[in-house]
Amino acid sequence: MVKNKTPQLPLAGVRILDLSMWFAGPMCTRLLADMGAEVIKIESVGHVDPWRGPVSVEMARLQFPARPENNRPYDVSPGFNLENRNKYGITLDLRHPKAKEIFRNLVKISDVVVENYSPRVMPKLGFSYEALKEINPKLVMMSLPALGSTGPDKDYRAFGQTIDCMSGMAYLTGYLGEEPMLQSGLSYGDPLSGMNAAFGVVAAILRRRRTGEGIHIELSQVEGLIAFNADSILDYTMNGRIRERMGNRDRSMAPQGTYRCLGIDKWVSLAVPSDEVWQKFCAAIGNPAWTQEARFGDAISRYENQDEMDKLIEGWTLQHNNYEVMAILQAVGVPAGPGLDSQELLNEPHLNARGYYEIKSHKVAGSFREIGPFALFSKTPLHIRMAAPGFGEHNEYVLGKLLGISAEEMAALQAENIIGDKPLEKQQGSM
Amino acid sequence: MEQVLSGVKVLDLTHYLAGPYCTKMLADYGAEVLKIERPFTGDGARRLAPFYKDDPRPENSGYFMYLNTNKKGMTLDLKSETGKEIFRRLVKEADILVENFSPRVMPSLGLSYSVLEKINPELVMVSISNFGQTGPYRDYKATEIVEDAMGGWSLMVGHLDREPLKPGGNQSQFVAGLFAAIACVSAYYGALISGIGQQIDLSIQDAVLYIQMYPTSILEYDKVIRRRYGNRVGPFPSGILPCKDGYIGAIMVVADKWPVLCEWMGMPELINDPKFATSGARALNIDELDAIMMSWTMEHTQEELFREGQKRGLPFAIPASAKMLLESKHLNERHYFIEVDHPVTGKIKYPGPQIQMGDLPYTLNRAPLLGEHNEEILCGRLGYKKEDLMRLREMGVI
Repeated sequence: MVKNKTPQLPLAGVRILDLSMWFAGPMCTRLLADMGAEVIKIESVGHVDPWRGPVSVEMARLQFPARPENNRPYDVSPGFNLENRNKYGITLDLRHPKAKEIFRNLVKISDVVVENYSPRVMPKLGFSYEALKEINPKLVMMSLPALGSTGPDKDYRAFGQTIDCMSGMAYLTGYLGEEPMLQSGLSYGDPLSGMNAAFGVVAAILRRRRTGEGIHIELSQVEGLIAFNADSILDYTMNGRIRERMGNRDRSMAPQGTYRCLGIDKWVSLAVPSDEVWQKFCAAIGNPAWTQEARFGDAISRYENQDEMDKLIEGWTLQHNNYEVMAILQAVGVPAGPGLDSQELLNEPHLNARGYYEIKSHKVAGSFREIGPFALFSKTPLHIRMAAPGFGEHNEYVLGKLLGISAEEMAALQAENIIGDKPLEKQQGSM
Repeated sequence: MEQVLSGVKVLDLTHYLAGPYCTKMLADYGAEVLKIERPFTGDGARRLAPFYKDDPRPENSGYFMYLNTNKKGMTLDLKSETGKEIFRRLVKEADILVENFSPRVMPSLGLSYSVLEKINPELVMVSISNFGQTGPYRDYKATEIVEDAMGGWSLMVGHLDREPLKPGGNQSQFVAGLFAAIACVSAYYGALISGIGQQIDLSIQDAVLYIQMYPTSILEYDKVIRRRYGNRVGPFPSGILPCKDGYIGAIMVVADKWPVLCEWMGMPELINDPKFATSGARALNIDELDAIMMSWTMEHTQEELFREGQKRGLPFAIPASAKMLLESKHLNERHYFIEVDHPVTGKIKYPGPQIQMGDLPYTLNRAPLLGEHNEEILCGRLGYKKEDLMRLREMGVI
């Protein structure tokens, strides 16, 4: 095949129809969109992505008093606007026969369909992979059911927290000897599944380039996350040991922990992985007398006496702010860093020096700093090229320009609520 | 046996967790991965627990075994001139190179991307590091707990009045590894079309922040700094509560399921109780609601609550231990866990596929022993003779 020798975004020219909502599916397509794919997100006037938040102005005001007020609150959602940047957005009520026809026409001109409904929904809409493959034999379809499409529990419901539990993640997270703990700031199963899905989609289009064949990829969100705790699985299958919650401790080295610093809810995390680093650590904190005591004299003693050692370390960290502790310890090569909150993350000198945040003005929401791409690509740098779509914003581009539907037809579709640029009724939204 | 990444050639200089997970993804889905380890000691992950029978020998690490399935392994001293020469020949034939040394190592070996792209202009090189190849922290040291903290994750886990928690396991490194795998296949796809390779600088800190539930966007839009809320993750009720024989994830999420939950608990009077009738009210009275729910969960077992909840459309779940996962009827009927035969352990079960690629096969072949494929690569692929191997071994190159 002839190579065009022009630098272009890695996934330029790949068109993706995105039926997914919430977090997992949109994370998949966010990654693909960030890398240059043309992602067309499909919502409907009766089924708004819950991540758009409240549909009514009053509800938005009540729930998010500091959020910039707007008569289209569903276009002013931090989560939605982050997760869906670089995507086009249209509305299409897929239950309607005319919409089904339009969707089939879109499938014809697309490379990939991503959906994260429960396994029964797509076949019920008439869009099983077999049906779509007849329209487009080279189609790659990505489905992300929570527990897979086979097995006794396949129809069970799951959200991120459910998957946190089912995958073993919650069991391994928590204070030493206490209850299992959710990843409270993060619906971890979701982004993780989105990442696995993005990997699957790109691998499949690579194969398609080689073989000319489409494929239906399926991902069980639970199984994708179990893999991330393989050490716990293998400790059981090799040694019969059930790993329990360890708080911030390591299984073999000490000290390792998160220690309080000067200020309100300020913390530093540090680890001392070897004797050599221990010597550096002691020197960096000024060799206080306790560091010379026999009970901390070697790795095994330090591990056995870490309760007392942690208190002594915190006695030192409490005299400094979190960034000072990092600077003092990193200067001698001890792994240490502050537990960053969102304000610190925005102000973070290192992240800013690397240009991590970008601003792309959103027509309705305005201009905000947003986290940028996941990695720096040397020859085809990734950027936020386009803010997230307002509700139904690209009906004209996608239906009119790509499919050639006339203005009159569009008006008729709008009159029947098959398309539209405002949600139909007051839907609650979730975020 | 055809797989999605059949024919893709990957040169793997990675060690420990993040890099090897990346190349494991590539290898498990069909790429030819050649892992290069340093002679004698090998990948540091060979010294990471769990060890088979808790015996910490280098071929006993379960972590290493899992992370290096389906790869071929050779040893090579990249500090020696001969080692570099062999490496450059391998680069010439590779599609993708992955490394996770600290940022100064590859340039100091004379093997920076700018050197390698002259040998192979279509090469995709993915460099994983704690804080990236540039910026004021590029030389900073980190372990998992430091990455969890600086990616904005740990401050969100745990109780607000106590220290933040690292998530269990080594999540930040795995997350970075998976991102690196995505970068590999995507940049390679781009290179196939354009004929132009590139280097990808993947910072674990960037990667971890990329998946968080948008704390910085919430601050920008809503002027709220998010904190950790223990197991109280709204919309309520939602969280982990004690029950008769352990803990249960009592999760509702969707507000219109509240009447279903009340009926199930046998407390229909709560449905319209002004203290609990709306999400907002439940959030304000969450202590009282948790106490009510706990009096009910304590009367039931994990299995009862999980199955009956799911039957009623509530996304309840049991926080599963490794044992429960291995014994799960659902996972076993899907044949999720895969037995791998290894000379040290015999047959034991590993976690299986993260993704199912249609009907294409997925198999796990065991990780390579240290230097296992030296002869195959050097003699079979690069044309060295057996006598040369002796010499290279004596010189410490392999």
